[in-house]
Amino acid sequence: MATVELSINGTSHRFEGVNPSTPLLWVIRDEAGLVGTKFGCGKALCGACTVHLNGNPVRSCILPVIAAQGQEITTIEGLADEDGTLHALQKAWIEHDVPQCGYCQAGQLMSAAALLERNPKPTDDDIDAAMSGNLCRCGTYQRIRKAIHSAAEKGAQSV
Amino acid sequence: MKNSTFDDGIPGVDFPEFLTEKHRRQAAGSSALSRRHFLKLGGLAGGGLVLALGLSRPTQAVAAEADAESAGSDGAFAPNPFLQITADGTIILFATNPEIGQGVKTTLPMILAEELDVPWESVEVRQAAIGKEFGNQSAGGSRSVPTRWDGLRVAGATAKAMLLSAAAKEWGVPESECEASAGFISHLQSGQKAAYADLATAAAALPVPEPGSLTLKSRSDYKLLGKRIGGVDNEALVTGKPLFGIDQSLPGMLYAVYLKNPAHYGEIESVDLAATKALPGVTDAFVVEGSGGPNQLATGVAIVAESTWAAFEAAKAVDIQWDRSINTESWSGFVAEAEAKKNDPQKVVMEQGDLTAAYAEASQTVEATYVYPFLAHATLEPQNCTAWFHDGKMEIWAPSQTPQSIGPLVSRVLGLDQENVVTHQLRIGGGFGRRLMNDYAAEAAAVAHRVKAPIKLVATREMDTAHDFYRVGGVHHIKAAVDAKGSVSAFEDHFVTFTENPERGRPVRGGGMRPSLFPFPMVANSRLAETQFKLNTPCGWWRAPGSCSLAWVLESTLHELSTAAGRDHLEFLLELMGEPRWLKEGNYNSLHTGRAAAVIRKAAEEGNWGAPLPKGKGRGLAFYFSHSGYFAEVAEVSVDAVKKVKVERVVVAGDVGMVLNLSGAENQIEGSVMDGLSAMAGQSLSIENGAVQEGNFDRYPLLRMSSTPKVEAHMIETDYDPTGLGEPAFPPLAPAVCNAIFDATGTRIRQMPLSAQSFSV
Repeated sequence: MATVELSINGTSHRFEGVNPSTPLLWVIRDEAGLVGTKFGCGKALCGACTVHLNGNPVRSCILPVIAAQGQEITTIEGLADEDGTLHALQKAWIEHDVPQCGYCQAGQLMSAAALLERNPKPTDDDIDAAMSGNLCRCGTYQRIRKAIHSAAEKGAQSV
Repeated sequence: MKNSTFDDGIPGVDFPEFLTEKHRRQAAGSSALSRRHFLKLGGLAGGGLVLALGLSRPTQAVAAEADAESAGSDGAFAPNPFLQITADGTIILFATNPEIGQGVKTTLPMILAEELDVPWESVEVRQAAIGKEFGNQSAGGSRSVPTRWDGLRVAGATAKAMLLSAAAKEWGVPESECEASAGFISHLQSGQKAAYADLATAAAALPVPEPGSLTLKSRSDYKLLGKRIGGVDNEALVTGKPLFGIDQSLPGMLYAVYLKNPAHYGEIESVDLAATKALPGVTDAFVVEGSGGPNQLATGVAIVAESTWAAFEAAKAVDIQWDRSINTESWSGFVAEAEAKKNDPQKVVMEQGDLTAAYAEASQTVEATYVYPFLAHATLEPQNCTAWFHDGKMEIWAPSQTPQSIGPLVSRVLGLDQENVVTHQLRIGGGFGRRLMNDYAAEAAAVAHRVKAPIKLVATREMDTAHDFYRVGGVHHIKAAVDAKGSVSAFEDHFVTFTENPERGRPVRGGGMRPSLFPFPMVANSRLAETQFKLNTPCGWWRAPGSCSLAWVLESTLHELSTAAGRDHLEFLLELMGEPRWLKEGNYNSLHTGRAAAVIRKAAEEGNWGAPLPKGKGRGLAFYFSHSGYFAEVAEVSVDAVKKVKVERVVVAGDVGMVLNLSGAENQIEGSVMDGLSAMAGQSLSIENGAVQEGNFDRYPLLRMSSTPKVEAHMIETDYDPTGLGEPAFPPLAPAVCNAIFDATGTRIRQMPLSAQSFSV
């Protein structure tokens, strides 16, 4: 058991008595109480647990918490601006009424945000490739693609 | 036009047992039911309560907190349990039924808002508590909209009528001169105008009007219904608010897993509890004796830990020997047995005409065996439930499609009084029928009962797949023929299905087939025979139960026939529909051939039916009627040399009466197409020695974004009452795609999934 210090959405957290091999997902959910990041498969197959590590999308369900120490972790709760202004993608998700059950959408948004960060004008193929790690059981892919294009067109990336 | 009472003649719909009777009663007498509720609660509001300021808490931030309020903010104008108007102007609409992604948390309150006549932007939607006063709070069978349609319109109109009366009284003018619009009552002659909030106190003191005295809006006056309205939880969802069952948290909460025998109904041979309790982070481990098998509470080993991860790790390490002797069934064994029994059905369900003569006179005869596998629901939110036994009460936070069934189940398996089981409903990360069953709630309650601390029980993906209530597999031995004119003259199916109890002879959930099913009654010479094998693997309702597999078999067979006859499939289907009529005269929930023909024509027209396609491409058309909804779909595919199928475009035409929320409707259609494609592409469960072999998404794949076709939805709005859209767009997808693959390649798909025949999607 170890003491782990994490920076999540710009806030420092200190967790004591944590098994260092615990996946980051469970520390975020059970210890930090940030439950927007979801558990879907535990094997990096569905992407529901996607968070950013220094801006890169990672599957937190297989990343040992110890590996996230000293790095900037961003979860869905930290995607909007500090003043609450939603990220262009969050706005587009609402505008296009993307969610059905909504369970996968936090992970979808985190993958999409990382995509736009490095490729502000993605093609359909770029989107398919970047989003291929995120499953949606309800089948909202068509709207996700539209929403990403729409956010890209507005060019207003707030992160 | 009214939908009449239900009979058993909704072709292809295999209603969950708990729905049938209740819904028949509700459909027949919903206004009587509503009136009782309004009188009761109206009496409270009319009994001199002073209107106080409504509590203002963030909507849905924590569902458990929000639903505590739905019993009624003190003194608010609450003429019925479905809505409240507080003196500070807050208009609260309660979403009664579970939200599983089908959109009812938005659509049902829209019905209230329309009749109440308030701007949608001004309302606050809250998830309702679980209670008898809300009527049937379930999400299944695409029945939420049709069963709520009358009651919610009456509820909204009741409140509006009382506000009108209050205004007329206050202004001393005739009620007939007052008008309600957009949250205000106005009197044109005198120019007086008042907001609903300012009239709420006075309205609360008035008697509740008889539903029969109300005038409901006509469809042409609707301002909200029929528009594109986004989901009420969208902002909370995209910002990661704790809406779901799995997001619940209570002070001092512990985390649990519940391990069950992979061979369903099997017991525990031995388990080393002492060693389990010594594992890191584990606080307790014990055996829970089951009661009633998987349908109620299966025997299991509970492990309680300080974190989810500690519980998951302990589940991997625990030393359990399962008794595997009771259940050794296998899917491949069943398929072989079904082949052996091909010409030896147990019983004939229906038979009409003279099949022998029809075959003798046939110009073409088709014989084929269709096989589809067991499927899992694979809801992305794994099964979970939070429970806390305190002060003699079992309090449960459950993502359940049948939250009202949790109380009776938990009280039965734990011997608690039903009134001491309190259930809170939460947003659900995918239902698809899985959460019509409440096994996870029984397990969580059993663990919490012993642990005396709040516990959150979560299944791993592997546990979830291993202990589902599966979409039943099936085998159909088909023989059918066309006559010299190329018209269907014979249609025969020997359906091999399953039963839990051969003595009762009732098929497993979703494994029935009614003789009223299209096209049997419409073919002069037809026969439906059945064989039931005994099954231990638990089955449940999966999206469009029965229809989800039968549509593929029947609509593929029809295409085999039109192909054999050398006819155009569109013209062939339209001929089969014949003159516009209800298949059961006077039953508006039976198939209407005219409505069917209209969606078939629409899909064909929008899908460029008949236009030439290059080599390697194909087009397929299929129609299906289920859940009172009419859907036709045209799929356009390309298939390359290595059998890679690309579904490029799916054109969907549907008729569900009136469309209440166009965005929600299109979402369900897009989702149904994707779900149908995912299922047919590569989903299949192998059952060996009584246990499902697949566990995670590597072996039970869902399609990803790159496989998404362009989906176009075209709704034909008819004058009928609206019906639900969660399911009826699903069934035609698989036959439309398979017919298109045949068109492109000449290969007929008679076994699901496509991956079993070396096709990939």
